[in-house]
Amino acid sequence: MRSAVVGQWYRDLAMGVRFAFTGGREGWVRAVLTAFGVGLGVALLLLTAAVPNVLSARDAREEARQDRGIGYLENNAESKPTDSTLLIADTDTEYRYQEIRGRLLEPEGADAPLPPGVAKFPAPGEMVVSPALSELLASDAGKLLRERLPYKTVGTVGQAGLIGSGDLTYYAGGERLAERLDGSVVARIDRFGSTDQPEQEVDPILLLLTVVVFVVLLMPVGVFIATAVRFGGERRDRRLAALRLVGSDSRMTRRIAAGEALAGSVLGLLFGTGFFLVGREVAGSVEVFGVSVFPSDLNPSPGLALLVALAVPAAAVLVTLFALRGVVIEPLGVVRTAKPARRRLWWRLLPPLGGLALLYPMLGQGSENGEFNEYQVTGGVVLLLFGITALLPWVVEAFVARLGSGAVSWQLAVRRLQLSSGSAARMVNGIAVAVAGAIALQMLFAGVEGRFTASTGKDTTRANLELALPKDGSLVAIGEKLRGAKGAAATAALSTTEVAAAAKDPEQWLGVTVGDCAALRELARIPSCRDGDVFVAPHPADPASTNLATAGRTVYFDPSFSGDEPGSEVAWKLPSGMKKVTVRADSLRIGASGLMVTPAALPAKTEADFTSTVYVRTDPAVPDALDEVRNAAVAIDPLIRTWEWESTTQADQFTDIRTGLLVGATAVLVLIGASLLVVQLEQLRERRKLLSALVAFGTRRRTLGLSVLWQTAIPITLGLVLALTVGLTLGAVLLKMTDVRVGVDWASVLSMAGIGAGVVVLVTALSMPPLLRMMRPEGLRTE
Amino acid sequence: MTPPPAGSLLVATDLRKAYGPTTALDGAGFSIHPGEVVAVMGPSGSGKSTLLHCLAGIVPPDSGSITYNGREMATMNDAQRSALRRSDFGFVFQFGQLVPELTCVENVALPLRLNGVSRKEAERTALSWMARLEVDDLARKRPGEVSGGQGQRVAVARALVTGPRVLFADEPTGALDSLNGERVMELLTEAARSTNAAVVLVTHEARVAAYSDREIVVRDGKSRDMERVI
Amino acid sequence: MVCIRGVYSHAMSIGHTLLGLLESGPRHGYDLKRAFDEKFGHDRPLHYGQVYSTMSRLLKNGLVEVDGIEPGGGPERKRYAITEAGITDVQRWLATPEKPEPYLQSTLYTKVVLALLTHRDAADILDTQRSEHLRMMRILTDRKRKGDLADQLICDHALFHLEADLRWLELTAARLGKLAEVVTR
Repeated sequence: MRSAVVGQWYRDLAMGVRFAFTGGREGWVRAVLTAFGVGLGVALLLLTAAVPNVLSARDAREEARQDRGIGYLENNAESKPTDSTLLIADTDTEYRYQEIRGRLLEPEGADAPLPPGVAKFPAPGEMVVSPALSELLASDAGKLLRERLPYKTVGTVGQAGLIGSGDLTYYAGGERLAERLDGSVVARIDRFGSTDQPEQEVDPILLLLTVVVFVVLLMPVGVFIATAVRFGGERRDRRLAALRLVGSDSRMTRRIAAGEALAGSVLGLLFGTGFFLVGREVAGSVEVFGVSVFPSDLNPSPGLALLVALAVPAAAVLVTLFALRGVVIEPLGVVRTAKPARRRLWWRLLPPLGGLALLYPMLGQGSENGEFNEYQVTGGVVLLLFGITALLPWVVEAFVARLGSGAVSWQLAVRRLQLSSGSAARMVNGIAVAVAGAIALQMLFAGVEGRFTASTGKDTTRANLELALPKDGSLVAIGEKLRGAKGAAATAALSTTEVAAAAKDPEQWLGVTVGDCAALRELARIPSCRDGDVFVAPHPADPASTNLATAGRTVYFDPSFSGDEPGSEVAWKLPSGMKKVTVRADSLRIGASGLMVTPAALPAKTEADFTSTVYVRTDPAVPDALDEVRNAAVAIDPLIRTWEWESTTQADQFTDIRTGLLVGATAVLVLIGASLLVVQLEQLRERRKLLSALVAFGTRRRTLGLSVLWQTAIPITLGLVLALTVGLTLGAVLLKMTDVRVGVDWASVLSMAGIGAGVVVLVTALSMPPLLRMMRPEGLRTE
Repeated sequence: MTPPPAGSLLVATDLRKAYGPTTALDGAGFSIHPGEVVAVMGPSGSGKSTLLHCLAGIVPPDSGSITYNGREMATMNDAQRSALRRSDFGFVFQFGQLVPELTCVENVALPLRLNGVSRKEAERTALSWMARLEVDDLARKRPGEVSGGQGQRVAVARALVTGPRVLFADEPTGALDSLNGERVMELLTEAARSTNAAVVLVTHEARVAAYSDREIVVRDGKSRDMERVI
Repeated sequence: MVCIRGVYSHAMSIGHTLLGLLESGPRHGYDLKRAFDEKFGHDRPLHYGQVYSTMSRLLKNGLVEVDGIEPGGGPERKRYAITEAGITDVQRWLATPEKPEPYLQSTLYTKVVLALLTHRDAADILDTQRSEHLRMMRILTDRKRKGDLADQLICDHALFHLEADLRWLELTAARLGKLAEVVTR
């Protein structure tokens, strides 16, 4: 008995599978469309399943090439060379806003450690580069960079030494680095890689963000797959009706339909695996928002992949059976319970309310104990977003039922929507969910941004490049050279050091800033100034800090401390006529106070102790001004380090999540756009004859084009309004959870909605050429 | 080639049209007077429908001339031809021409609305035409809810609602049984004659063609005007 | 009336058929009979007497001429050839549509085959005939439209018969190529 039932199921499903692939061109096209749609979704799921692997592989390689925190010990400068030590200099730079990791290597013995991915130490004047950097250097865009890296390329850095495929890295051979060993820029190390893995405590709010990002990105994919398995539904229903005619009962037809969906989704799995494999290769050559990955890192974890392989076909079958719920397949056709029962609102409100109920207890937890129940968060967010897919059909139906008729294009669209509001709502479900989720996340990000974003307090309009000179560099000389560099509009060269009240074991110190008059004026209000002047600039918050600065007092540079090597103890008698000045609130070098000295006032042999910085304002009229100045600096000394000033900095982890969201949202919207296009084209294809007839009696193409636009635009508008509502609600709730004041960044909310709307416009635009083709009179030809 | 008779409304000479390697028209000619019903006959695949599409300005011929009311159609662009179809021509096809989402009266009113007539006005005119074709009781139904014969009468009403000077009918009774088909033909020709509209009737059925004044035969892309041969 | 017309037209069509057969070259009376029987006779072969009387009528009308006589005498020994007038007569006959009426397939069939044999356009014959039928059908359709129910039913009867003829015509037209292969073999 039992086996008979199983056999029956098997037979019906098998028949459905066969129908999915036979049935002529139409059936075949339908199966491929479905498989294509499902395949795109599966590919995205597999990609997501590979994310943990990607992250851990990247982390591992990053750890392995680590050269800081091992050798850069405090007393590194005093370390002694051995057979197994390596001198390494950090020459990181930035080129056209891309970061380049650079190191100079000078092995001190035969057993010096090689960095990961490097086969042989490059000799002085040579370098090994990552493939991406090699490509950049070879291209036209790399012209300026070639000047900065005047080394001969002798090899490639292998994958083991790179974080991602787009990693820009080079190792060049160094010379006489030992002379410049300072434990900071130049260091002596005996191995690469860090042993202790600093267990980073993940902030609960960051965890919350991560969970929400994943949910928000995967929900639309689910909705999308559900849409894809329904491609070609009308034609399928007709075929099922024909089956009823030859004697299958209604349960059998349902099972046959399920078999078709099963076949489509299994084929979709194959397609998806193919897309994923292709995408994996493509991913190696793509860099999105500064993130690149190696194809070999994109390995879905087996458990998650298995879950995808089982869940997708199961979901396809369930969705099909659910869709056939309101359909009566009769032998002579499909009856869509002609006037479908008016959609009821109450049960559709349950999921979003349930979601709110799950999230509510966690309000305000963020600042206290900071522990969120991940499952509760996930459940709440999923339910709230699922609420959109439940509510949207009701909203669309209720709305279009009230629309009057306007122009012909409007009338055509509205009437069609009134007849099939369900399929219209289905079409935009995915976009609505994606936009709602993205809006919520945007709000969450904007809200917690304050926690992770620090204002640097730097005024990028006065200087936008900071160059730190090595200890032994001459400030005046380098400042002069940079002033003449191409692209530099203004420079301010400043050195800082401290002077002590006594030559030995001093207890009182006074800050000293050296620079020419123009440079000093960037720090303090100085009415008149000549070379040789000395100014006293008390710290605004601590007027007593300049008590030492009295005329005639002798102060000492580089004093000695008992039990240590003696300092140079250069004595300086403070001149008379020191003028008191006030530090500018917008000082270029924040915190600089004490003595402000022009170079001529300094005693001789003091420079060795200076920390020197040159601030450059680049000339916006010069293209690539930043890189021209960097080139000039490196030409002077490769160890000059440069930083571009930004007005804010963000915690790296936070930036990562935000980047992930952007990448994911882009992928999801593109995917949904593709499915919209498929659905749109399918509907057009089914109406080809009608379109041709309409054109025959003189309907303007514009009218038909507009009606297609309305048909998409009306449900999309409704979907976006709903998405805004749910997204803002979800965002507010999430912000409350992290105990951050709720504020709405309307610009980003609207831009999110704008992206959604843009997808619609794009889809409509892309469906225009096929529409025009279908409107050609050839469609009228019978047979 | 003999010149077309004087007073012709729509004249075509030496039409050629190929779809890829298939030659649909190979030097076909045609002419029709106001108020005349001309049947276009011939075996399937002979080029009947292509001839109709060319005459109606739906498909531009590869070569040859079509003049409507003294105007050469080849000189008109697509927009002008579309405008001409809206204002001066009416169309009835075999099937698949009624917009399934619109009610019957909205379908009939559609050509008027495309011409810029207000909805109220258009639907009033549409109703009067539906009454003439004895389908005014179906006004608020959708095409899916009426029978094939009724739907075809709605289509005829729609074709006539703008008062076209030429009515193009491509197998208008092809999907109907003989009784319904004849009724549709009767109503169609009566209505056309009463408005002095010319009717180009593509059909392969003799009993449908018998509602015409004369017929031309299309064979292998060439046309024969049977009246003027004899 | 109907009967007389039938006989008359049948007699006419034998004369024209024999003329048509002569178009491809002079033949003896006996060959003519054999050719006729083979192509058109089917279940009703021609009598010699019929050939003889027909040929003498055609001779009298100047449509054929005697091309030569073989020794032995008798009508079947005469060799006939078609004259210019004869060719024109065949042409005219083929181009003239038959009056639309039931059961004229045999005549039309003869015409079509003869046209194919003499390399004339058989499709023209069919078009002409269709046109003639349609003329009749228009008259009937018109009468039907104006008449009462009885008129309508009577006219419909005739219309359906004419339509059947036409259908046969279309079918034949569609198969002309094949037929040409068979008859000219």
